[in-house]
Amino acid sequence: MLKMILRRLAGAIPNIVGVVIVTFLLTRALPGDPAAYFAGPSATTEAIEQIRAQLGLDKSLPHQFVLYLKELASGDLGNSLSTGQPVLAEIRTRLPASLELTLCGLVLACVTAIPLGVLAATRPGSWIDHLCRMLATAGVSLPTFFTGLLLAYVCYFLLGISPSPVGRLDVSFPAPATVTGLYLVDSLIARDMETFRAAAAQLILPAATLGLFVMAPLMRMTRASMLGVLSSDFIRTARASGLSGTKVLYTYAFRNALLPIVTTLGMVFSFLLGSNVLVEKVFAWPGIGSYVIEALVSSDYAPVQGFVLTMALVYVMLNLAIDVMYGVIDPRVGIEG
Amino acid sequence: MNAEAPLLSVKDYSLEFRTRSGTVHALEDVSIEVARGETVGIVGESGSGKSVLSFGILRILDAAADVRAGAISFAGMDMLAAKESALQQVRGREIAMIFQNPRTALNPIRKIGRQIEDVLRTHTSTLQADLKKKAIECLAQVRITDPERRYSAYPFELSGGQCQRVMIALALACNPSLLIADEPTTGLDVTTQAAIMELVSELARERSMATILITHDLALASEYCDRIVVMHAGHVVESAPTARLFERPRHPYTARLIASTPSPEVEIDSLASIPGNLPDLRRNDLPKCRFHARCDRAVAQCTVGPLPEATFEPGHRVRCFNPLAYTAP
Amino acid sequence: MGASATIAAPGWRDTWKHVRYVATDNPVTLGAFALFGFFLLLALFGPWIAPYDPLMSDTTVALKPPSAAHWFGTDSLGRDILSRIIVAAQLDFGIAVSAVFASFFLGSALGCLAGFYGGWADRIIGRIADTIMAFPLFVLAMGIVAALGNSVANIILATAIINLPFYIRVSRAEVNVRRNAGYVEAARLAGNSDARILALHLFPNVLPPMMVQISLNMGWAILNAAGLSFIGLGVRPPQAEWGIMVAEGATYIISGEWWIALFPGATLMLVVFTFNLLGDGLRDILDPRTRT
Ligand SMILES: Nc1ncnc2c1ncn2[C@@H]1O[C@H](COP(=O)(O)OP(=O)(O)OP(=O)(O)O)[C@@H](O)[C@H]1O
Ligand SMILES: [Mg+2]
Repeated sequence: MLKMILRRLAGAIPNIVGVVIVTFLLTRALPGDPAAYFAGPSATTEAIEQIRAQLGLDKSLPHQFVLYLKELASGDLGNSLSTGQPVLAEIRTRLPASLELTLCGLVLACVTAIPLGVLAATRPGSWIDHLCRMLATAGVSLPTFFTGLLLAYVCYFLLGISPSPVGRLDVSFPAPATVTGLYLVDSLIARDMETFRAAAAQLILPAATLGLFVMAPLMRMTRASMLGVLSSDFIRTARASGLSGTKVLYTYAFRNALLPIVTTLGMVFSFLLGSNVLVEKVFAWPGIGSYVIEALVSSDYAPVQGFVLTMALVYVMLNLAIDVMYGVIDPRVGIEG
Repeated sequence: MNAEAPLLSVKDYSLEFRTRSGTVHALEDVSIEVARGETVGIVGESGSGKSVLSFGILRILDAAADVRAGAISFAGMDMLAAKESALQQVRGREIAMIFQNPRTALNPIRKIGRQIEDVLRTHTSTLQADLKKKAIECLAQVRITDPERRYSAYPFELSGGQCQRVMIALALACNPSLLIADEPTTGLDVTTQAAIMELVSELARERSMATILITHDLALASEYCDRIVVMHAGHVVESAPTARLFERPRHPYTARLIASTPSPEVEIDSLASIPGNLPDLRRNDLPKCRFHARCDRAVAQCTVGPLPEATFEPGHRVRCFNPLAYTAP
Repeated sequence: MGASATIAAPGWRDTWKHVRYVATDNPVTLGAFALFGFFLLLALFGPWIAPYDPLMSDTTVALKPPSAAHWFGTDSLGRDILSRIIVAAQLDFGIAVSAVFASFFLGSALGCLAGFYGGWADRIIGRIADTIMAFPLFVLAMGIVAALGNSVANIILATAIINLPFYIRVSRAEVNVRRNAGYVEAARLAGNSDARILALHLFPNVLPPMMVQISLNMGWAILNAAGLSFIGLGVRPPQAEWGIMVAEGATYIISGEWWIALFPGATLMLVVFTFNLLGDGLRDILDPRTRT
């Protein structure tokens, strides 16, 4: 088990290297003058030259790359131009908010999409099957930022059933003591149900927005994969052995169907992390997405770079987790891999 | 045949599949009987409906299947009227089945021991603590080497022959009174084939279990079966005790099958192969006798009128307009 | 049956019959084709169709709800929303079409090379695709536009880059299974150069699966471009673009002026939906096996 995780980790290294190179290239080797960029629009030529030397931009590209690696290794992602604060610290405090949102979106999507997909697969051609097909196509067509706005308008403005769709917690509640940084978890640890409920109320709309978007590919995959598994020989064996319908459906069919579903999770995470930025903007969610948008507005590049790198690393880690999960479900992987 | 009611009786069973490209008339007026402890072979070329018939008996057909007519009774139980819950009691406990392709017939990501335990737990009152022991016993019975270790193996870690042994262990775990073996040896090499067949017939004899052996290998059927049922394109064309069938086949199809079966006494180049193919079962105007286009004894009425059933002797039935005749000895 | 349809050139008559069959069998696809035509008209002739100048502001009619004069209402500067939506079609379609075609050409060229030569070419190209896929794609697009600067051209470039891996993979797989096929061998023996074999004998096989990919990607490309504009990257105000219009309307939705964001958002949704339906329909036409 540990060996498998290590092997997967080793397999992820080329991706991490690739990610680091690309983020480096994005700032240094592209057209335009990064020094002018970092110096700001009103800088004099001397100031620009000074910054060039300061950033090491007068050195050769490979040399710069080595410097960049050194900075990364010491956890230095540079400072934000507008606030002067280190980017890493800011990202670290904001990351839990983004992760909480992303994970809740994923959970919402899974608990709706997977049962619906299973249902559709067990009744092919029924109305629920058609509904799922329609939902799946409509789901991937939703611009997340628009669904978010729509949900906020309907639930807050029209129906008044949700709190003001701004931020992680209503201002009247103090943030729970930080343990994990996830408000839902932290408030539970503090046994503060009031805060938990308030945090959940703020979270539900943005999480649902995210969930709606990624429901579609999950549902599609669940349906297709269940249909495939249900018509396979070993399901017939299970039925011929008199196993109960639920046993056949869950222990035999569903666990096998999970394999392709877990594989699609990679794509789902890509969607989730990307749309996360949009949803954070819509709901003024204080995560790293909002941070990067503020930085973009002021052409502040260090946070953007830090953000891209963080997201990519998070994504690589999530993919790693998916691989491990696959290995846990499928005994064949350990041998072949 | 004795007068006792048969264990399994299928009567005038007709079955269709509704597909996008038309209705497949997979089975028509199929009747077979299996007595307790008897081994019956069902032979016929690929696509003649052997598997469909066995799935029909267990009622594990897929949703596209539509039973048009007939009755199936097993040990006095009306299988076609039975509720799903009652059927689950019968499947695996009273009637068990082993399948054509042992590799894909086992759950690929579940330990084989667990798969056997699933069956035991469903049908027997074995205590949770004893399940593992019982499952290992089942594996030992089919003479798998080192059953304790194999208990936690996955199907992909076993050879085809070992998988088929596991399938047999799974099927026989609850001592069924009828075993349906659907081409249990296809895809296995010759020595493994013989070993598997010996195992099945020996275990069947030990438990006086009735067996339906489905195969397209007439030689194999003749070796192990008391009686043989010949199927062609969804019809049962002839059924007779094994010796009788080989001595005096009445249906032209059976005669040709026998002629095309290699045996030590026959020269290989004198084997007659059967001309033509099975008719397309999707046709709506299937002739009454589905063999007539390939038959050299076809007569005018073969395509009209109901297919006659002739009984030549107790237990030897033929469905043909112009059966082969033999002069009395 | 499906394989032969892609290898041998199927008679056009048969293809047409199949198209007609799918279209009549599945009215949804037919509807998608009709909608697609409608949006195409808007994109081509938008400026002539639009009832008002999309940039003309008139503060006397600012923030007016939908009325007979302004069907979709007006925004905070009194600009006619309907006109802006119509005119924006050109820009949004333009971005999507250019981006998708750029990644189609580059991606299938790289994919064909990788599939045909294998070895180092395959490894390097595969690594490029993997590296792109190692990023959450929208985040990579953000990074690219932020680094290269806010412009429509850079949005197109970023969208093209993040779509690249899909095209590389599809074409690589198609070429790889065929590179040793009999007719390729025959062409080689007849003295054709590798480039000629690739272009004339292998590339055509890549087209059918690519068509499906293109139409599915088109919707996604539009969503991406609109998303980038929504967070302030790429297209800039006052230019009309669906994503920006939703962003502009966002601030007003809390105070009840729903129409500013709703109409452009709904249009965007409908366009993407159309492309996705079209993609599904095309898949049915080109690959009857996968019909469910
Ligand atoms: N699910 C299904 N849908 C449509 N037609 C089917 C289905 N299952 C079986 N058939 C048709 O029923 C006929 C009988 O098939 P069956 O599998 O019983 O043949 P078989 O005698 O077992 O052949 P084999 O020796 O190859 O196993 C075939 O024509 C087959 O095409
Ligand atoms: Mg069969």
